[in-house]
Amino acid sequence: MTENIQKEIDKKLKELQKNKVLPPSIIEQLREKLSQFKITKKQFERIINEIIKAYKLALVEPGEAVGTVAAQSIGEPGTQMTLRTFHYAGVAELNVTLGLPRLIEIVDARRNPSTPMMTIYLEEEYRNSEEKAREIAQKIEMTKIENVAKNIEIDLVNKRILIVLDPELMKNKGVKVEEVAERLKKLKKGEIIVEDNVIYVERKTEKLPELQRLLEKIRNLQIKGIKGITRVVIRKVKETNEYVLYTEGSNLAEVIKVPGVDFARTKTNNIHEVAEVLGIEAARNVIIEEAMGVLEEQGLDVDIRHIMLVADLMTATGEVKQIGRHGVSGEKPSVFARAAFEVTVKHLLEASLRGEQDILRGVAENVIIGQEIPLGTGSLELLMYTLRRKEEEGSSG
Amino acid sequence: MSLYRPPKKIGAIRFGLLSPETIRKMSVTRIITPDTYSEDGLPIDSGLMDGRLGTIEPGQRCKTCGNRIGECPGHFGHIELARPVIHVGFAKVIYKILRATCRKCSRILLSDEELEDFKKRMDEYEKKWKGLSEEISDELLKKASRVSKCPHCGESQFKIKFEKPTTYYEETKEGLRRLTPIEIRDRLERITDEDARLLGINPKDARPEWMVLTVLPVPPVTVRPSITLESGVRSEDDLTHKLVDIIRINQRLRENIEAGAPQLIIEDLWELLQYHVITYFDNEVSGVPPARHRSGRALRTLSQRLKGKEGRFRSNLSGKRVDFSARTVISPDPNLSINEVGVPIDIAKILTIPERVTEWNIEELKELVIKGPDQYPGANYIIRLDGRRIDLRYVRDRKTIAESLEPGFIVERHLKDGDIVLFNRQPSLHRMSIMAHEVRVLPYRTFRLHLCVCPPYNADFDGDEMNLHVPQSEEARAEARVLMRVQEQVLSPRYGGPIVGAIQDYISSAFLFTSKNNLLTKEEVCQLLSVADYKGDLPEPAVKEPQPLWTGKQIFSLFLPKGLNISLRASVCRKCPGGCLKEKCPYDAYVAVRDGQLITGVIDERSIGAFQPDSILHRIIKDFGTDAAREFLDKIGKLLIEFISRKGFTMGLDDVEIPKVATIRIQEILKEAEEKVDKLIESYRRGELQRLPGRTLEETLEMQIMKVLAEARDKAGDIASEHLGLENHAVIMAETGARGSILNLAQMAACVGQQSVRGERINRGYRNRTLPHFKVGDLSAKARGFVASNYRTGLDPIEFFFHAMGGREGLVDTAVRTSTSGYMQRRLVNALQDLKVEYDGTVRDASSRIIQIIYGEDGVDPAKSDHGKAVNIDIIIEKVLSESEQT
Repeated sequence: MTENIQKEIDKKLKELQKNKVLPPSIIEQLREKLSQFKITKKQFERIINEIIKAYKLALVEPGEAVGTVAAQSIGEPGTQMTLRTFHYAGVAELNVTLGLPRLIEIVDARRNPSTPMMTIYLEEEYRNSEEKAREIAQKIEMTKIENVAKNIEIDLVNKRILIVLDPELMKNKGVKVEEVAERLKKLKKGEIIVEDNVIYVERKTEKLPELQRLLEKIRNLQIKGIKGITRVVIRKVKETNEYVLYTEGSNLAEVIKVPGVDFARTKTNNIHEVAEVLGIEAARNVIIEEAMGVLEEQGLDVDIRHIMLVADLMTATGEVKQIGRHGVSGEKPSVFARAAFEVTVKHLLEASLRGEQDILRGVAENVIIGQEIPLGTGSLELLMYTLRRKEEEGSSG
Repeated sequence: MSLYRPPKKIGAIRFGLLSPETIRKMSVTRIITPDTYSEDGLPIDSGLMDGRLGTIEPGQRCKTCGNRIGECPGHFGHIELARPVIHVGFAKVIYKILRATCRKCSRILLSDEELEDFKKRMDEYEKKWKGLSEEISDELLKKASRVSKCPHCGESQFKIKFEKPTTYYEETKEGLRRLTPIEIRDRLERITDEDARLLGINPKDARPEWMVLTVLPVPPVTVRPSITLESGVRSEDDLTHKLVDIIRINQRLRENIEAGAPQLIIEDLWELLQYHVITYFDNEVSGVPPARHRSGRALRTLSQRLKGKEGRFRSNLSGKRVDFSARTVISPDPNLSINEVGVPIDIAKILTIPERVTEWNIEELKELVIKGPDQYPGANYIIRLDGRRIDLRYVRDRKTIAESLEPGFIVERHLKDGDIVLFNRQPSLHRMSIMAHEVRVLPYRTFRLHLCVCPPYNADFDGDEMNLHVPQSEEARAEARVLMRVQEQVLSPRYGGPIVGAIQDYISSAFLFTSKNNLLTKEEVCQLLSVADYKGDLPEPAVKEPQPLWTGKQIFSLFLPKGLNISLRASVCRKCPGGCLKEKCPYDAYVAVRDGQLITGVIDERSIGAFQPDSILHRIIKDFGTDAAREFLDKIGKLLIEFISRKGFTMGLDDVEIPKVATIRIQEILKEAEEKVDKLIESYRRGELQRLPGRTLEETLEMQIMKVLAEARDKAGDIASEHLGLENHAVIMAETGARGSILNLAQMAACVGQQSVRGERINRGYRNRTLPHFKVGDLSAKARGFVASNYRTGLDPIEFFFHAMGGREGLVDTAVRTSTSGYMQRRLVNALQDLKVEYDGTVRDASSRIIQIIYGEDGVDPAKSDHGKAVNIDIIIEKVLSESEQT
């Protein structure tokens, strides 16, 4: 008997999903919730009907100004957000921009966020031990000679540069002396002599500035790791009991190539990088996730639909567009809408040369010329024929 | 009455350049003399104030159209320039075109095949992706500017040099040769229409040569009205000043040319004319000294009039001034409904509503007309069938005029109770910043509003002012009533929960009222219920002997709709570590409502507060509708205010006093902490401190010190709160969420704690020390802004100073934040404002481009959702199951 009902329920739910009567999220929830109760067929039908009724009541009405509502819903809590740029995220060692500055960064679609950060998940074999995780961390972290040297200086007498390596740091970063020497050889800027932990770069030149320049170059010489990733922190995530790498700096394209990295779960907060590497849909999801994260961290309750709309608008053309003068607002087809926003005169002059025509479909344009705006109750055009005056007079007198 | 005509609609507006011919054609007169008025104060013919250019003085009739001020739109004149000048706005475009076209034949410097190719691409783009064609023009301009020999006529090209703002040179072998505007105009004239199109210029609306001006339009006087000061001195508009300059120089230039003056003088004058025309268009061009008024103030010319926040676009076109509005200070009135607004009688007598006379209301309106504009309720104007407007202020015998009223007349009557008006408080950050209220005309001079609508407006009564608007058409009123009324806006679209709700005293009162020890006598119950407008029977008293007593929960339940079921944890919930005991909660923090009866739990912020999703208030709106919610808030509000007024609720110095023993313990804790800090500093000095990964030694020290001090403050606070029980009013407010927090209390009773600037301990001031009272390099708690005193005993001068530093940072922070977040919001709104849901369920922008296939992936309106969820499945299942149980 109960099995029968279960089958019935499954069938009905599938049908509802297929006919798109209810969205998948509700059906999923329903399936889960219903399995906890013992219900009769009649009850089930009543529940379904009630839910469909409630769902239909909750639908948006045509003409609804969803854009304005979304913008206000994100903008209004802005006044309650902190202005503090730096905050400590889950990992105490890493600084992350949060609050209003980060939110502005997201809607501005900045090419380089002020604190790029990655969360790197690892594959099965690496995620369970710290040592294994460190192995990957060492591969990823960008290490310069400076980072493993105790001292780098110019030996003026012998016209050479002297690099004293720190064995402890080397071990920490997983770098061997030979590797450093190898890298220096590739520079082809002089003879390399290795003595224990000291490396000499012989450079037969009289010019001091040249040596100084070389010193600078050697300091910043990258021995290993991925460009842009300046620091890696290893943390154990409590929920899943695995080791995860958090990085300062971001380079998604390179990181996901590293063997052992679970690229399906690896994340970055750099929207443009995601757009380039994984595509526009992924970028949209990053925008949503990042914006939602900022708002949640500040304890602000904003419906995800508002953020989705912003993200969808930003990515609608297939590339990430900024909200503002150089993006969405600057590319509107209406001259008035652009002129009313920013750089008024430039848009008017350009429009006149091009002989542009404003067809007055948007909000700003119609406000400007004093007509009803095409949103909400203004989105319908209803013409009412009233009785002609003559007929009226005729009938009454 | 004229019959209803569908309003004319503007379909589109096209932009273009004015050709010299058009300018002449639309001109009513050529302006020749630079003088404006003759000695006897009359405008001079062919002068800048010529009577044909429009009217600016009341009573004067326009010489062109015969209309009076207000009706006459003004008419253009024109100035014939003696020599052509460049239009600054197009200087850069002209440069680009000169570079890309031949100096001899003016064709684009690309071969016919290349041009054909560009043309094809342009046609295609225009069809498919409008707006992208400009990119093609840019590409073409770039490509053509690199060519050095004309493929059409074989002329070799010179490099063009552009010097801001409007000077062009040709770099010939002999040296730089200046191009005069005449030459430039010649070159531009020779450009074919087809080439112009490829250059990104639509030849129908803008021939390239029109960028070089030969005739200057003179705007009507209505655009540049002169103002007469009290002393009778006339002061001209900035534009008029500039035009006077232009005419003067133009005249001198013409005279000199005609007199055959030396080339040098002519060129100088020409240059001067160019300067004046530049500043006439734009007085902020880089490299050009701005034209100044006699007083030294820079003139506000055409470009400045349009630009920026105070410019025409943002200040007059996107935002307009309105009639039928009022503004005054607001004050609270708990006896109003949340839907109402109290309007001062003086305002009600000025704001009017046009009411059409019908045979059903004629008597009523006659009476209003007789009362006139000074008595309330009365009327201010009558509009007769012929459209004539009668001002009742000047009618001697209003009785006769009232008798003449007939159906079809419109009476503009005073605002009266029940009229719908819009109420607004700036900054209007979300749609709940403008809501519709019903009018309640009240004495005195402030707008009155219900306290529960303070949260959506973010209003308080420390001097806030608000605006009120009276919709004038039946449609507007209907829309306001149906869509904008407060009760329809209780649920915020931001998170799908109530934004209107109880605040402050309402919450304290609700807590006291519904707490277990509140028992009420029959007398008290009756009085409270009568205040709350309760009409119905009293429930059975909870205690019958020796006298009948009712619990607060019983009385509160009278206002809950029958059928309401909800369980939640109140704000006073301690979040017991051993798991919640639910109904058996020792603190009575588990709120359980069954079929409209409050079984257990105290009511506080969580249940009826504003901004509280999934609260009792939220469930009432969702399950019983907005009317029920309005009624609930109105009635319970009055009851709670009455209750707390009778009981009395205050807070004073005594409320934050703690026993001596506690003070001593707190001091011990603080002393310990300070010693700990000293030890940390000591170990840092000795170099024994362990560096945290990724931090410098100093940072590590700071972090640890801050941690120690924060812990000490918390401990001190904990001790204080041990001695402050729930009988303490300040604690009630903090615990129930009415106002303040335990932290605030701890600061008052125990210890204020660390002051910070930029998230760090205070470290600014003198070199390596904050104040001269300390030794250089002193890192101790006290020297870096730790305030060990509390607000009750007071701060010592040093602490006070640090506290002021922290406080100032807070103020600066808020000031900066409002401006940055305001700009972000403006950008967001501007980018998103055109998006709307279409009838097919898609979200599209103004050009019908699809942004989302289904809004929010499920088509659910957040405002109608249940805290973001499309459907509250739990409640539906519960409802169905319990229903079938009953049957």
